[in-house]
Amino acid sequence: MDISFQMVMSQVMLGLNNGVFYAILSLGLAVIFGLLNIVNFAHGALYMLGAYVALLGFTSLGPLLGMPDFHLNYWAALIVSPLVVGAFGIVVERTMLRRLYKFDHLYGLLLTFGLALIIQGVFTNFFNVSGDPYEAKPEILNGVVNLGFMMFPKYRLWVIVVSLLVCFGTWYVIERTKLGSYLRAGTENPELVKAFGVNVPLMITLTYGYGVALAAFAGVLAAPIYSVSPVMGSEMIITVFAVVVIGGMGSIMGSIVTGLLLGMVEGFTKVVYAPASSTVIFLIMVIVLLVKPAGLFGKES
Amino acid sequence: MKNLFSNVAMTVAVLAMTSGMAGAASKGVSDGVVKIGVLTDMSGVYSTLGGKGTQVGVEMAVKDFGGKVLGKPIQVIGADHQNKADIASAKAREWIDNEKVDMITGLLNSGCALAVQKLAGDKKRITMNTGAGSTDLTNKACTPYSIHYVYDTYATGKVTAQAIVPTGGKSWFFITADYAFGHSLEQNTTNFVKKMGGKVLGSVRHPLSTSDFSSYLLQAQSSGAQIIGLANAGGDTINAIKQAREFGIDKKGQKLVGLLVFDTDIKSLGLNVAQGMQFTSGFYWDRDNATRAFAKRYYAIHKAMPTMDQAGAYSATMNYLKAIKAAGTDDSDAVMAKLKSMDISDFFAVHGKIRADGRMVHDMYLMEVKKPSESKGEWDLLKIVKTVPAAEAFMPLSESTCPLVKK
Amino acid sequence: MNKYVWCALILLGLLAPFVVYPIFMMKLLCFALFASAFNLLLGYTGLLSFGHAAFFGGASYVTGYLVKNSGLTPELGVLGGTLFAALLGYIVGSLAIRRQGIYFAMVTLALAQIVYFVALKAPFTGGEDGLQGIPRGDLFGLINLGHVYHVGGSPLGLNLYYFVFVMFCLGFWVIHRTIHSPFGQVLKAIRENEPRAVSLGYKVDRFKLIAFVISASLAGMAGSLKSLVFQLASLTDVSWHTSGEVVLMTLLGGVGTVLGPLAGAFTVVTLQSELSSVGSWITVIIGSIFVICVLLFRRGFIGELGRLLKRSL
Repeated sequence: MDISFQMVMSQVMLGLNNGVFYAILSLGLAVIFGLLNIVNFAHGALYMLGAYVALLGFTSLGPLLGMPDFHLNYWAALIVSPLVVGAFGIVVERTMLRRLYKFDHLYGLLLTFGLALIIQGVFTNFFNVSGDPYEAKPEILNGVVNLGFMMFPKYRLWVIVVSLLVCFGTWYVIERTKLGSYLRAGTENPELVKAFGVNVPLMITLTYGYGVALAAFAGVLAAPIYSVSPVMGSEMIITVFAVVVIGGMGSIMGSIVTGLLLGMVEGFTKVVYAPASSTVIFLIMVIVLLVKPAGLFGKES
Repeated sequence: MKNLFSNVAMTVAVLAMTSGMAGAASKGVSDGVVKIGVLTDMSGVYSTLGGKGTQVGVEMAVKDFGGKVLGKPIQVIGADHQNKADIASAKAREWIDNEKVDMITGLLNSGCALAVQKLAGDKKRITMNTGAGSTDLTNKACTPYSIHYVYDTYATGKVTAQAIVPTGGKSWFFITADYAFGHSLEQNTTNFVKKMGGKVLGSVRHPLSTSDFSSYLLQAQSSGAQIIGLANAGGDTINAIKQAREFGIDKKGQKLVGLLVFDTDIKSLGLNVAQGMQFTSGFYWDRDNATRAFAKRYYAIHKAMPTMDQAGAYSATMNYLKAIKAAGTDDSDAVMAKLKSMDISDFFAVHGKIRADGRMVHDMYLMEVKKPSESKGEWDLLKIVKTVPAAEAFMPLSESTCPLVKK
Repeated sequence: MNKYVWCALILLGLLAPFVVYPIFMMKLLCFALFASAFNLLLGYTGLLSFGHAAFFGGASYVTGYLVKNSGLTPELGVLGGTLFAALLGYIVGSLAIRRQGIYFAMVTLALAQIVYFVALKAPFTGGEDGLQGIPRGDLFGLINLGHVYHVGGSPLGLNLYYFVFVMFCLGFWVIHRTIHSPFGQVLKAIRENEPRAVSLGYKVDRFKLIAFVISASLAGMAGSLKSLVFQLASLTDVSWHTSGEVVLMTLLGGVGTVLGPLAGAFTVVTLQSELSSVGSWITVIIGSIFVICVLLFRRGFIGELGRLLKRSL
């Protein structure tokens, strides 16, 4: 096949579309890692959970409440789902993760791995592995936009825009506000921050809740594009791990930029040599590890 | 030297020894029960078109047969192979070694089917495949104990290509599921497209159970081909067709053609999306009175009309039991000899015959999806455009590379 | 550990196929070896690899290919698979030991994913179908491993079983020797306090890398054997779920104990086989065991038992 400008641009656009998902998810991981020092293996499962909350809210919540005509619409799901999943995350942090802070951080990874299996297993039992369609896409986001080089679905454009807003909004809060400065200080020296009268355990709980809510938000955004399936998260999470390693763990801006860039690189690879598109991110990871072991945006320890 | 181990083993085992090799080839039903295993995709991308519905078909057949053969009970067990060849073969091995399963059916997913067929062949157990499509099953991978019952990629590829190419679909691009079945379907269809004077501009391969087809569809679009051939099945075909609409591909004059489509796929896509689409099938529930009568009974149990896999599983089981009765034993060799010599004729198979390579040939049908205005009910989805006789639809026996075919 | 315990275990292993379904026993042995090899790294060196499936599965593909397509005898196939795993272990190890702790885990995970994609895409692996119909062949060209004896009416593949059993014992012995050698003492020192080991003048990275390669090779040997047992090399063996499973087996049985991985593998494999009818609830059960293990008994049950008996098991 000829490699035309149009072809490259189209695939890069689709890559950017995937890239914003990498960005939101790796941002959530980075926020959690920054304060809790654990790698949240359950992130993919919570992303999936977010999509299912939206799906079930649309299809099953009404009948469950005895109001068959009630459907949780897309816009409401964008708010409700992160809240529900965030609350779930808070419960997990309070009841389980908290007990592990005094041990090796690897135990946090193992615990969340177990959680990921549980969540994924439960949903595999009740839902079709090949996925169920989420039909609640708002009318206004139907149709395509002519970008000149391709017809691009409006909905995907919306996903890109809103994801970027959320990512950079989060970055702004953490890097430029007083609340953010507590967070950053808490990362550096929790004891000192505690001495200033900040409730550090609460801060940790809320941070985990927020990171997890981001994953759920991404899940709702993904629902109308991909089918909602129990394995959607597990396919994603490993790639996102590689993104985090490349960007440098814990770096907020690093994770956003790396996520977007790698999505586009992946899209570009699909044009040049499609079979490599699923490995290219991992290959980049190897190179980054050889050249800059702390990651592109990470600080050498 | 070869039996060094055996000597050691036998000494250790001598106390446990009771019956040795006896009982394998004697008359009657071995171990007092005829066991049929339904091994298929019960939870994944193909579970709607096969899955539990296939087991329903088998159980109906057993019940209709009277629940007993040669005075011995018939038992049906089912398992999910999750579309993984390792799970499929481990399960089949356990069934044959421990559960004494006599026949395995279903076997959707060619990768799983090939693994199980090889294993069952080595252990002299019958497989009656109703779900998988790869032509390898009756060619290089054929065994004396394997039957490919419903359809294959040669038949669906041939009938569909012969319908599409002459009506203006000269240039093709394939979106192919990246495993045995997809490769086989693409290969077979390509041959017929070329034979009919068309050309193939390219192809792209996607993993089984893909959620996002956008980048593959864009490649297909920029190839400029008139026809985008979907060499996949089930959930993958549905997703690809839906996303093609999302990107407005079908509005630009390119046409999507599903090379293997089941009634349940059309049901899930809706007539609005699918109308006018042509494809090949081995069975349609609304063909004649006999099929309608069966479908009605089936619907009462499964709450959906039978697909060709599910109806085929009924027919395969029924004929298997008939062959046991006629042979007077459930010994695999005797039953296979009977199956290959008898006529297969019921509501499912018209002019059916099981050939030396294990291929069950029967009439195939070119189907067209109805317009919403033509449909009179929930499952009134298709019409039969053309009936293709058994001899024309399937690969001629002379072309089969199966070593069992005497030339 | 006690001489009698070893003899009892070996006797148990020799007689097992007459009581238990041999295929199940062989699967058990493969995973027990896999978990023991993994434990050498996690338990005795303190490195958590989350990518060990790459060695296990990678070797099973290589063995399958050598036996099926190149017509090698099974022992050469297993040797080839093991060597491949050693080489792969060297490459992955050299990259991964540049980072520590959690980073090490993630790097191994991501590198294993490359192996997964190669297994998916390479022309000789059979993609989603896997490498099927791997012959068991004749050991040294003499003993037919596929031979089935009919004992008491049930078919027993004893030749293959005893081959797998001998290989298992060999692998286990290597691990045992490694742990109790001076080299093993240094590994333990690194686990306990790496900076201290550095200051004592040990080239820590070299020790880590050697331990990694040994562990990878034996994991590979386990995978090679599995491909002969099931006559199939598949994507499941290289997927990250398998990497997670081996972590679970080791954790459940007891990290850093000799018998722990055996007990862990026994529990997990038995659960999987006994509960295969409950479908994907098995994932939920395994996940729950993981969570309970991490929260409540991080020593695993052999570890807890050892604490009760006040001795190292």
